[in-house]
This record gives sequence, structure tokens and C-alpha cells, in this order.
Amino acid sequence: MSATSPPTAADRPQPAPRRGARRTPRDHGANRAFRLVSTGSGVLILVVLAAVAVFLVVQAWPAISTPSDELADAVSWFPQDTSLLEFIGPLVFGTLLASALALVIAVPLAIGIALFISHYAPRRLAQALGYAVDLLAAIPSVVYGLWGAIVLVGFVHPIWVWLADVLGWFPLFAGPASDPSRVLLTASVVLAVMILPIVTAVCREVFLQTPKLHEEAALALGATRWEMVRTAVLPFALSGIVSGAMLGLGRALGETMAVLMILSPGFVYSFAVLQAGKQQTIAANIAAQYPEAPPLGVNTLIATGLALFVITMVVNMAARAIVARRKDFSGAN
Amino acid sequence: MSQRIDVKDLNIYYGDFLAVQDVSMAIEPQSVTAFIGPSGCGKSTFLRTLNRMHEVIPGARVEGTVAMEGVDLYGDDVDPVAVRRQVGMVFQRPNPFPTMSIEENVLAGVRLVNKRISKADAAELVETSLRGANLWEEVKDRLAKPGSGLSGGQQQRLCIARAIAVKPQVLLMDEPCSALDPISTLAIEDLISELKRDFTIVIVTHNMQQAARVSDRTAFFNIAGTGKPGRLIEMDETGVMFASPTEKATEDYISGRFG
Amino acid sequence: MTTLTSPSPAGAPGSSDERTLAVAASLRQVDARRFRTDRIMQVLVYLAFALAMVPLVSVAWTVVDKGIDRFSPYFLQHSMRGVFGGMDAGGIYHAIVGTLEITAGAAVISVPIGILTAIYLVEYGTGHVARAVTFFVDVMTGIPSIVAGLFAYALFALFFGAGARFGLMGSVALSVLMIPVVVRSTEEMLKLVPNELREASYALGVPKWLTIVKVVLRTAVAGIVTGVMLAVARVVGETAPLLVTVGVIDSINYNLFAGRMMTLPVYVYDQYSKGLAPCSSSATDCITTINYDRAWAAALTLILIVMLLNLLARLVSRYFSPRMR
Repeated sequence: MSATSPPTAADRPQPAPRRGARRTPRDHGANRAFRLVSTGSGVLILVVLAAVAVFLVVQAWPAISTPSDELADAVSWFPQDTSLLEFIGPLVFGTLLASALALVIAVPLAIGIALFISHYAPRRLAQALGYAVDLLAAIPSVVYGLWGAIVLVGFVHPIWVWLADVLGWFPLFAGPASDPSRVLLTASVVLAVMILPIVTAVCREVFLQTPKLHEEAALALGATRWEMVRTAVLPFALSGIVSGAMLGLGRALGETMAVLMILSPGFVYSFAVLQAGKQQTIAANIAAQYPEAPPLGVNTLIATGLALFVITMVVNMAARAIVARRKDFSGAN
Repeated sequence: MSQRIDVKDLNIYYGDFLAVQDVSMAIEPQSVTAFIGPSGCGKSTFLRTLNRMHEVIPGARVEGTVAMEGVDLYGDDVDPVAVRRQVGMVFQRPNPFPTMSIEENVLAGVRLVNKRISKADAAELVETSLRGANLWEEVKDRLAKPGSGLSGGQQQRLCIARAIAVKPQVLLMDEPCSALDPISTLAIEDLISELKRDFTIVIVTHNMQQAARVSDRTAFFNIAGTGKPGRLIEMDETGVMFASPTEKATEDYISGRFG
Repeated sequence: MTTLTSPSPAGAPGSSDERTLAVAASLRQVDARRFRTDRIMQVLVYLAFALAMVPLVSVAWTVVDKGIDRFSPYFLQHSMRGVFGGMDAGGIYHAIVGTLEITAGAAVISVPIGILTAIYLVEYGTGHVARAVTFFVDVMTGIPSIVAGLFAYALFALFFGAGARFGLMGSVALSVLMIPVVVRSTEEMLKLVPNELREASYALGVPKWLTIVKVVLRTAVAGIVTGVMLAVARVVGETAPLLVTVGVIDSINYNLFAGRMMTLPVYVYDQYSKGLAPCSSSATDCITTINYDRAWAAALTLILIVMLLNLLARLVSRYFSPRMR
């Protein structure tokens, strides 16, 4: 409000009597300038975010408006007889599949780790152990990519072969497991490691907020520690866990380097996550094609980037909305 | 059935800090025993050692014995989880589980042991427990509604119903009325005098009139100063305690000269 | 009766031994299934933590183990100019220059905007605008880094045409990622400054803007510096946005405003993607794995920089925080 009506309420939160007494013209000018500059910065953020959306649309427009057969002629990797949407489809699918798998791996682990820190570890150790988990977040993604592509790929291969043998009837684990394991599941494992710190941090926060009252109520009924966690902690923390998972999902969707360096890409709708050359994610595809892309190719990639932007925006806003509603809820109690 | 508890030479520590020193007392079955005393005198701490709830705080430990019908609750082969099934507890502030309905709250303790309790048995248990807590008539039409929608006094009676549903021998109450209005307090006090038919009841209270109204025996705890351990000063029939206490400190406290 | 003596076991009639036995049984009673579930869950919880430590230890150990051989003063002081094939040469000097300049550029853009926005939110903001800013700062935290890169590209393509690649573009891309982090951490710090301090300052007749600069910011400065350093630590390892805005180059470029630059994370990726070097059997000065070796050594450098920033940030917050009551 105050941003749009500068002359009024120049220094509103100040105690009223002082304000009248002290407001010399010089102070007023400096006060006003400072307020305008800081307000301007806030508004600039809104402008930047709007600009991100607008520029992406502007730069994506040539790809959207060009007929797909011309696109295919101009851009070597754009498939014939495919519309832009049909091109983006498998990429969105691959992105969602990789992130969903990462989430399936990361969330139970994160809940376990958060419980360990909040309710199981000796209290003196808990904080130090929390730092150790946070360190996972400090490692740059390109290092994870390097590690995943050179170390992890070899390590998981026998496990993936075994999975394909035993659970091959299940579409997700359909064999044969590719060698080397430059497959989506390996990339998802690395993504899971990368989102583990944020999901853990959110879970840890809400677990620690569980009212002592409810924990004691459970214990006084003769609950074991796990039964206490199950009756008092987990139900209370449910919405927090969900929003933590959503934030993790938002991270995983946009992660580029791990997928780029590990996955051997393909562009079909396939659930076979143990086979190479099936899926690709939007972010990794942009990074892979961008350096060599002709102008119209860049426009096409930006169009896919726009899709990614929209997907992550929706996921993050949903996560934030859940957090906000949770705040209202606990505030009312 | 209810059972007696004999406490002998009990010292309670938090780490190196001696919180309560040298308490010995007998808690009789089918009676109400009240603990009174100024804030910080260790009466709540002592209460929580009777079902090993104080162990929730890291570093808490005891010396001495707390014996239930001659069996030491702190013996080597005693499981604190089993102790808490025999010695139930009601807390200062009502704490029904917010994510559960009234019915689920009553059954929360039972479900821990017996996952596959039949529908009929469950319904019967809910009714007897809620009747036992004088709450049945008020909530029988909304058993599936969340427990947090009840008034404070109703929530506290729900917590009592939840505690008696697991059929303990002893029921500990830690200032159960301090967060309630006078009418709700009266309802709980009436309930306590009914419950003593079936349970050994120990109640901590700040309110001396309440102790005088509901209890058969009263124990007075006091503390010599900050940082000093709390001690049991005197314990006797409630009528005797309030009419002619032996100790000067008890008389001073009861007549409102401190605390 | 002053109690304190040992209590009398009067009450129980005759069958007291039976009762004792029954009570002893009820207290010993260990429900095997519940006990087992409790133990299994405890093991699982411990295991979850141990499992999370595996990648941490593995990454750290691998990077040190594989990177330490090539990590040398020579490696830090030379660029890749004129280095090809499996030559036992080349270093990361050009990448360090690029990383330092581009990250510094990002900090110069983000820190004032971030801090001023936080000041707006804490000291001035009310109503729809403030709520919108708060919400969109949260949303901005979730922008994928590659999208930030595309945004910077799209912005500069408007002015410089489609093929533009230079350092400042990278700085802009990184600041899109950095601003929300700075806003969040600064906001937290400003909220910690007790209101009494502000009121005391107003009571002395100090105008609001001076109060903010001299009292509020000065009280919170250690926390703000810590937040900024953590934000720098976060963006210094970003790869994807620099890949699309700054590109790749083998020689040193000090100019942030013209020409491609190399950066450490992109260097790691670039070396990795070059793969094994072809070496003829007769060649003596040829190492097949040279590109991977350089990638690991550069990764080691990068991790050291990030850890150093994290450590410094913690030290700043520990030793320079004002002693608040």
C-alpha cells in the first residue's frame, strides 16, 4: 500500500508525538529517500520475477509460432512430424519420473534422519549430526554429478542387475539393466541425496515443534518410543512432511548437472528406469543441447524451460500454501 | 482393583542436581492422596517418579525404592512402558490428541496393545470409559468429532477416560484442574471421589481447599530455598493435616502465610 | 504422626504374596511384538542416518583421493591455453578468475537489493505489496538454476543479439538465485533486533532512516554477513546457469563485460565431458585419464572454496555477533 502512495505515512510506525516534533525538512527528505529505495528493492523483486516470465515467453515465442515442420528443418535434433508439445511431452514425463523416484527414495530417509535428530540421538550429539546432514547441501551439484557418473554408476550396477532379475516383471524395473548404469534410477538416487537436506530440515523443524504435552500423553498411556512417535509426532507433523516433500520435489525438478552427467538420454515415454536411452529431463536437455543449438533451437529450448518454470512454480506455491495453512492452523490452537 | 505404593528413601536427581530428597511414604489403595506445597517444592517431580515419567527428561534418575505391592518399579526386570500401563497419568493441561476423534482418543492406549479389538468391544469400552469419566452423556452423539472441539473441562475428562480405558491400578493427576474454570473443576472433583472406588488416586494440587475436599490423606512438601532439594515435611489424614498439623511449616502454609 | 518412618504394610489381607506375584508379572510383562517393533524402528531410524552419511563420506573421500594428486601450485596458476590431448599440463587459473569475478559481480548486484528488500519487509512493509514480496521471494527460492540462466540469456539477447556470452550475464543469472537467499537471511536477522533498541533511538530524536542504518543494521551486521557468505557459498557451485550464459573458454579473460569466461564448476563439467584422452602407445607425455584427473582436482578446489566460505560464515556469526541479552 505504502509503496503506491509515497507522500503519506512517511514514518508511520514511529510514536506519534515525536514525529510531529522532530520532522525537519532535511530529515524528511532523507527518510523519504531511504524508504523509497528500500521499497523500490522490494518491488524490483516482483518486477524481476515478472521479467523472468515475460522474457521466457518472448524468447520462446519463435519456437511456439513456427510450424513444426520448419522447426524440424532448422533444428537438427527436433524430430520430424512432431509438434512442439509432442516434443516437450516426453521431457516433462522424464522430469516428473526422475523427481518422483528421487522423492520416493528421499522422503522416508529424511523422515528417519529427522526423527533420529529430533527424538532418538543423544541430545548433545543431535546438533552436530544436524550439521553433518546440512553439509550434504553444501556440496556443489557438479561434484555430485561427477561422483554419480564415475563412482556411483559402477557401485549400483550389480544392484540394478539384481533388481532387474528379481523385479523385472514390474514395468519400472524391466530388464535388461544397462551397462554402464547411466540410467534414470541412478540419476534419481543422486537427486535424492541432493534433496535430502532440505526435506530433512523441514521434517526436523516440525518434529521438534510437536507439543511435549502430546508426547507425554502417549508415553503415560504406556506407549513405547516408536508408538509415541506414531501416535503423537507423525500425525502432528503430517502437513509439514508433505510441504517438505514438495519443496524437495521443486529442487529435484530443476536439478540439471546430476542428470546431465549421469543419464544416457532418450525421448520416449518409458517407465523402464533401469534401461539407458529412454528418458531425459527438461533441465538436462537444455544444458546438453544449448551450446550447439541454432537460434531457433535456442527458442525451442527456452520453450521447454518455460514449461519447467511453470511446473516448479506450481509445486513450490503449493508447498508454500500448505506451510502457510499449517501456520494458521497452529496459530488458532 | 487398586494397589498400594510404598516409597522408601527416594532421592530424585536431574544430572548432579538433587531435586527431591529422602521421601518415604505409603499410598493406600482405594483412596485419594493429595500432594500440596509451594511451587518448585518437587511435588510434581515426585509424582512423575511414581510411573517413571520423569525419565522423559534426559539425565533424570532416582535412588531408593518405589514399590507397588512389594515390587520395586525401578527393579532390573521392570519395563517402564509396563509401569505406565499400571500407573496412569492425567496432566495439568488437557492434552487430547488433536488429530484423533473423541472415540479414537479413548481407545488410543488400548490400540497400542490390542490392534484388533472388535468393533463391539471397542464401542463398549468407549462407553464405559466415558461413563466412568462422567462425559458419556455430553459426547455420545459426537464420538467421531475431534477431541480438540470440546471445552477445557470436557477435554480433561476425556483425558481421564483415556487414562482409565487401559485399566490402570493407580491414577496420577498433576494439577488436573489448574487450567479449568470453577464449574469444570467441580465436575472433576466429583469424578475423583467416584474414581477412588476403583483406583488408587494421587493428586498434586495448588489449591488447598481442593485437597481438603477430595483427599483422604495429604502430604505436604516444602523447599528450604532455591537450589535446595524439596522434602516431604509431613503426611497424615487430611482432616488431621488441616486441623492440627504437627509441623510449623505446614501450619504456616495451610493458613496462607507463605506459598 | 510425622510419617517419614518406614510405612506399615497393614492393608493387604492374607493373599498379599499372590498380589505381589501378579503385580511383578504385570510390570515385567514385555509384549514381544511391541518390543520388537520398537527396536526395529529404532534400528531403521539409526540406519537412515547412517545411510545419509554414506554419500557424504563417499563424495568427500573420492574427491580428495582422486583430486589431491593433480592439486598443486602449478595447477592453480595455469590456464588450459595450448593444452590438448593427453598432455600432462593445464590448470584452473582462468576458471578461478572467472568464478571470483562472476560471483563477486553477483554479490554486488544481490547484496544491496537483498538487504534493502529485507529492510523494506521488516521496517516498512505492510499490506498487499509486502505480502506479495514475501510470497514471491519464497517462489523465487524455487526457480530452477537453469531457468535463471535462460532468463539472463533472454534479457541480454534483447540488447546484444542471440549469441551474446559474457561474464556479467552469469552474474545476473546467479543474482536471481542469490537475492532470495540474502533477503530471507537478512530478514531473519533484522527481526532478531529487539524493538526496544529502535524505540530507544527514536526517543533520542534520531530519524528513522538513521536508526535503521546506525542501530538496526549495525546490530544485525554479523548475521547479515553470515547470510551473505552462505548465499555466496551456495551460488559459487552453480553450473547450469553459467553453462548457458558465460560458456566455455581455455584462456584467461579478466573482462567481465566482454567475451566468454571459464568458471570452476563449468570447468569440472567440461573436463568430465571430454572423456578419456586418446594416447598412442609410443607417447610418453600422455595421460589417458588426464581430463578426469583435472575434473577431480578442480572439484576438490571448488569444495575447498565452498567449505571455506561456510566455515568463515560460521566464524563470523560466532565471534562478531553482538552480545544480546
